[in-house]
Amino acid sequence: MGGGVTSTQTPTERSAARIETGPGVAVRFEGVVKRFGDVVAVDGVDLEVREGEFFSMLGPSGSGKTTCLRLIAGFEAPTEGRVFLDGRDVTDLAPYERDVNTVFQDYALFPHMTVEENVEYGLKVKKVPKAERHRRVVEALEMVRLADLGDRKPSQLSGGQRQRVALARALVNRPKVLLLDEPLGALDLKLRQAMQIELKQIQQAVGLTFIYVTHDQEEALTMSDRLAVFNHGKVEQVGTPAEVYERPATAFVAGFVGTSNVLEGEVAERIAGSPAPFTIRPEKIHLAELDAPVRPDECTATGHVREVVYIGALTKYIVSLDGGGELVVFQQNLTTSSMEALQVRGRPVRLVWNRGNNRPVERAQGSEGSEDPEEGDA
Amino acid sequence: MSSVASTRSLPLRVSAFFHRHPAVRLALFLLPGLLWLGLLYLGSLGSLVLYSLWLLEEFTGLVVRRFTLSTFAQLAQPANYEIVLRTVGMAAAVSIACALLAFPISYYMARYASPRMKTFLYIWVIMPLWTSYLVRALAWRSVMAGEGLFMWAMERLGLDGVMRALLGAPVVGGPTLVQSKFSLFVVYVYLWLPYMILPVQAALERVPLSYLEASDDLGARPGTTFRRIVLPLAKPGLVAGSIFTFSLTLGDFILPQIFGTSEFYLGQMVYVQQGVAGNLPLAAVFTFVAMAVMLVYLAIAKRAGAFEAL
Repeated sequence: MGGGVTSTQTPTERSAARIETGPGVAVRFEGVVKRFGDVVAVDGVDLEVREGEFFSMLGPSGSGKTTCLRLIAGFEAPTEGRVFLDGRDVTDLAPYERDVNTVFQDYALFPHMTVEENVEYGLKVKKVPKAERHRRVVEALEMVRLADLGDRKPSQLSGGQRQRVALARALVNRPKVLLLDEPLGALDLKLRQAMQIELKQIQQAVGLTFIYVTHDQEEALTMSDRLAVFNHGKVEQVGTPAEVYERPATAFVAGFVGTSNVLEGEVAERIAGSPAPFTIRPEKIHLAELDAPVRPDECTATGHVREVVYIGALTKYIVSLDGGGELVVFQQNLTTSSMEALQVRGRPVRLVWNRGNNRPVERAQGSEGSEDPEEGDA
Repeated sequence: MSSVASTRSLPLRVSAFFHRHPAVRLALFLLPGLLWLGLLYLGSLGSLVLYSLWLLEEFTGLVVRRFTLSTFAQLAQPANYEIVLRTVGMAAAVSIACALLAFPISYYMARYASPRMKTFLYIWVIMPLWTSYLVRALAWRSVMAGEGLFMWAMERLGLDGVMRALLGAPVVGGPTLVQSKFSLFVVYVYLWLPYMILPVQAALERVPLSYLEASDDLGARPGTTFRRIVLPLAKPGLVAGSIFTFSLTLGDFILPQIFGTSEFYLGQMVYVQQGVAGNLPLAAVFTFVAMAVMLVYLAIAKRAGAFEAL
C-alpha cells in the first residue's frame, strides 16, 4: 500500500494487531492476491476502509479495482490473503452470507419483477415480516425519489431511474457496506453530475460505508472521503482527495489523477536542482513573458507553446521546454478570449511557479511504481 | 431535376421509386407470405370449420352439407373422449419429461459451455433432425424389441425385474416393450427433445450472470435464486418448447402405429377418419380438439405469467 496514510506499521506488526483493529474498520484486505489463470488481477493488496466513509477505488480498466470489489462481495475468492468485514474473516463465505450489497454496473434489475418487488427482494428472501418489509421498501423508494413508480417494470424506466432502483434495492437491506461498481458509467454527463451529488447526500444521510469503483478521477475526487489509486493490481496510493491530488506518491498517480507533469533527470536538475523526478500541477504554473522577473522561491523554465486547447473556463497550453521535456499549463480565462488564447501557439514563453508546489514522486511508471511492503512475505 | 431523372438507368429509377414509397415496398415484401398464409392456411382452416359443422350420413357414407353440431356431440361418446384424454395425458407427460431433461442441458449450454463446446452441443442437439423421423422411429423399434439393445442393457444392469414390473403395470405396460405405452412415451421424448432444448437455451442465454450475482448478493441461497430468478426467466422458453412438444404429440399419427397398445391417439384418429373411414366431419372435429387444447394451454400459460419476462 504505497504511501498509504493508514499504513504506518510494518506488515508483521499489522498482522499481530489484527484482533485489535475490529471497530472502526469496515473492510480489511490482508495480502490479497487474485489470479485468473496466468493473469494476476490483484497483486498483493492491503487496504483498510473505515466505517462510514465514502471510499473510492480509482484506476484504469484492468487495474484490479472491480476484482477487489467482487472480492468484498464474495463473487470471487482470493487466491491468497484474507478479507475481513467488520472485523470478521469472511474470506470463505458465500455472497449470501455476507452483510454487503452491491449496485451493479448494469444495475442487474430483475426484469420480471416490478420496482417494488425488486427492492423488496432482499428482505423477502431473508424472511423479514411483511409489514416491516413494506415500510422499508416505501422508505427506500422515497429516499431515491421513486415513491410513485413502484408498480413499474424496470423496462419502463429511464437509465437514471433504474440506477436509483438499484441503489434502493441495495440500501433497503441496510448492509454494513454498500459496494458500487461504476454505477454512473452508463449515464450522460448532466445526469451523472446530478447523481454524484445525490449519492453523496444519501451516503451522508444513511451513514453507511460506501465503496465506490470508478475510472473517472474527477468523480473520485469530488465524492470520496478517501480513495485508493489502483494500477496493475496494486494500490499505488491511499489518501484523501486533496492528499492524492496535491501529493501524488508515484508518477502513475500524478498522471492518472490530474494531468501528468513529471520532470526528471537533467531537466529536473536544471529547474529544481536535483535529478530526482518531481511533478508540478498544471494550474500551479504561470505563463509569463520571456523577460518576466523570477523570485528566488520560484522555479522557471523557458520553452515555446506547442499546442493550445481552449476549454471554455480554462485554456490548456502544452509547452515544449527548451531544455527538453514538456509541461502542461492551465490558465483561467479571466480576461482572455478564445482568439487571444489560440494566438499564443508557437510563441516562446517563460513558465514560472512556486518551488513549494514541486512534489517528488516515485520514478518508474506502471507496475513498479508502488513500493511493495508485502513482497517479502507474499 | 427531370433531366437528371430521365438520364438515370431503369434499375436506379426503380430503386428510387421504392425508396420514396416505403408502403409499396412493405406490401411487396409481405405479399408472398401473406398469400401463402391467407390462401393455404386460412383457407384450409375455413374448410376445417365447415366440415366440422357438417355430418356424415351413416347409411350412405356421404357428407351431408347441413350445419349441425351433432358431429361435435360425438365427442361425448366414451370411445372418443378417451382418445382425447389419453392423447392430452401423453402430450403432458412427454412435455414435462422433455422440460426436465432439457433444462440442465440448456442451462449448461447457456451458462458454462465454451464457444467450442456450445457449437458441438448445438450440432449434437440438431443433428437427429437431419434424418427422417420415420427412420429414427423404426430404429427405436429395433432398440426396443424383445431381443433389442434396451432389454439387453436392462438385463445387464440387473433391472430386468423392474422392466417386467413396468410392463405388467396397468397404464404404462403392455404385452411386450414395443407394445407398451412406456416405449411410446420414451420415443416421443427422444423425438421432441431438441424442440425443448433450443428455446429454453435461448431464454437462459438472455439471463446475464449479474442477475444471479444480484440475487446472491441480496441474500438468496442458490435454491431461492433458482426458484425466483432463473425459473421465471426461463418460463417463456419452457412454454415455447412445450408448445412444440405438446402440439407435435397431439398431431402425431405414426408413432402410435409402431409403438404402444392398440389404443388410438388423436392424430391417428384424424388420419383414420379422413382416410379409411371417409368421415371428414369427425376428422375435422378431432383436429379442432387439438387446436382447442393448445389454445387453452396458451391461455393458462399466459395467466401464469409465462410471458411477463419477454
